[in-house]
Order: sequence, then C-alpha cells, then structure tokens
Amino acid sequence: MIYLTRRATFSASHYYWNESWTPEKNQQVFGRCSNRNGHGHNYTLEVTVAGEPDPTTGFVVDLKGLKAIIEERVLAAWDHRHLNLEVPEFAASKRVPTTENMAISAWERLQPAIEASHGARLTCVRIYETPEIFAEYRGGK
Amino acid sequence: MTKAYFGRRSMFSASHRLHADALTPAQNLAAYGKCNNPHGHGHNYIVEVLVAGPVEPSTGMVVDLVALDEVMQKKVVDRFDHTNLNLDPLFANCVPTTENLCRAILELLQNSIPSGQLEYVRVEETENNFFQCFKEGVQFTGGRRGF
Repeated sequence: MIYLTRRATFSASHYYWNESWTPEKNQQVFGRCSNRNGHGHNYTLEVTVAGEPDPTTGFVVDLKGLKAIIEERVLAAWDHRHLNLEVPEFAASKRVPTTENMAISAWERLQPAIEASHGARLTCVRIYETPEIFAEYRGGK
Repeated sequence: MTKAYFGRRSMFSASHRLHADALTPAQNLAAYGKCNNPHGHGHNYIVEVLVAGPVEPSTGMVVDLVALDEVMQKKVVDRFDHTNLNLDPLFANCVPTTENLCRAILELLQNSIPSGQLEYVRVEETENNFFQCFKEGVQFTGGRRGF
C-alpha cells in the first residue's frame, strides 16, 4: 500500500463563535479568536490517499485529477472567503470553523469525488492553520 | 461525536553529548561520531504533539489550544529549554539521543493532556532528522530527509 499526499494552500478569514453562548462565554472560551471582525490565516491543506500503484502507469492516483478535485471542491469554495459568512457548512449550520471542523468539512467535500474518479482511498486530511497548529481527520466517527 | 486530531508544534534549544559510559572511548566514537565530541553541541528541537479525541460540538475543538500550550510549556519547554540534556535526571542512566528524548517527552506529557489522548510525539532534531514515538508502547519512526 502506498500513501500519496498532495498539498495545497489557501487563505481565508474566520472567527470562533457559539451563538448559544453569551458574548462573555465566547470570549472566555475562544479568547481573541472570538473577535467579531474576524481574522485570517494562510492555510495549508494536505490530502493523503492510499492505494496500490497501477501496473501500467505506476500511479496510485492521477495527481492532475487530484489537484483539480482539491481546487474545485475546496479551494473554489474557501480561498479568499470568510468562512463564517460565505461557506455554507459553517454559515448555515453554525459549525464553528475551527481547524478540526475544517478538516472534517474538507474530507466531506473531497471524499465522494476522490473515490468516484480514481479508485484510490482518501485516508487523511490535514489542515495547517499556521506552521505550528494543525488538525487532522481520518474519516469515521 | 466525530473523532479528529489536533497537532501543535513548539521549540526549545538545548545541548547534549552522545556518550555511553558502558562503551570505550573508541566504541563511543565509532557509534556516535562527532556527536561524541567531548564538550557537546546543541540543537533547536521542534516538538510536535498530536492529540486524538472527539470534536466537542459546542467548541469545535478536540483540545483547548491555550491549555495544551500551558502543558507543553510547563512540562517540556520550561524543563529543557537552554539546558544541557545530559544533566537532566531523565538522562542520568540513558543517552540523550533524540529517540530517548522523544520517549521522555511522551512520558512527561501523556497523563497531562487537557482533553483527548496523546497520539504521538515527534521530535525534530534538525531539519533533516526526526523521530516519532507513539502511545502504543515504544515505536519509532525515524526519518531523514535528503536533499
């Protein structure tokens, strides 16, 4: 089994806010991340797929195809956007756009397209919010 | 609740010398090369921890970053930063290789993670070599990047 990782970068703004809490509790739990005018990051997304190399091409996955999926499914929706205000999974559902929830959302955006078009299995989505902070989702509960 | 992983990296600077008392000077030199030079040398160590746990729905978090930072600062950075690792009691009976340092850091942290469970500790000794110690017993994934 070979694991192959593709990296992409995007920039977005967000804030952390739970609407069922008071402003004081939001400030207490989320600190400066709850500032209502938001702030932003340069994110790095790492998408790892697993599979056996195709005997003819030697590829686990067609990297051009994987790149296109990442760009269409994630970057087109998230890059240079305000996650809380413009991105449905955070705006509509009020899911807090933490790095953890972003990793889960990126998985949900990528997984059907990756499995449908390439046969390789998505095994991990890792998102760096800064070079020192990241979150990972490996599917499942 | 959905299980996810949260990673955090921090840094400290420390010196060490790789030298095993059980070996002769010639054997130490053969085993450790320039890392055995008598007066030691130093590194900027990067410690990466990965915490596994359910994403708490109200916060969207596996673990509170500020609380995790406090633990890493208190247990690891305050202990090792700008010190000589050979003089730390943890290395009184073992050589402060990055393998042993990685295991020591895992043991220092594993019962103090604010929420979730410590999945691994990774220590990068330089840009080109790193070690990972997993919670299940002691397994190392040593890595070396070549350019």
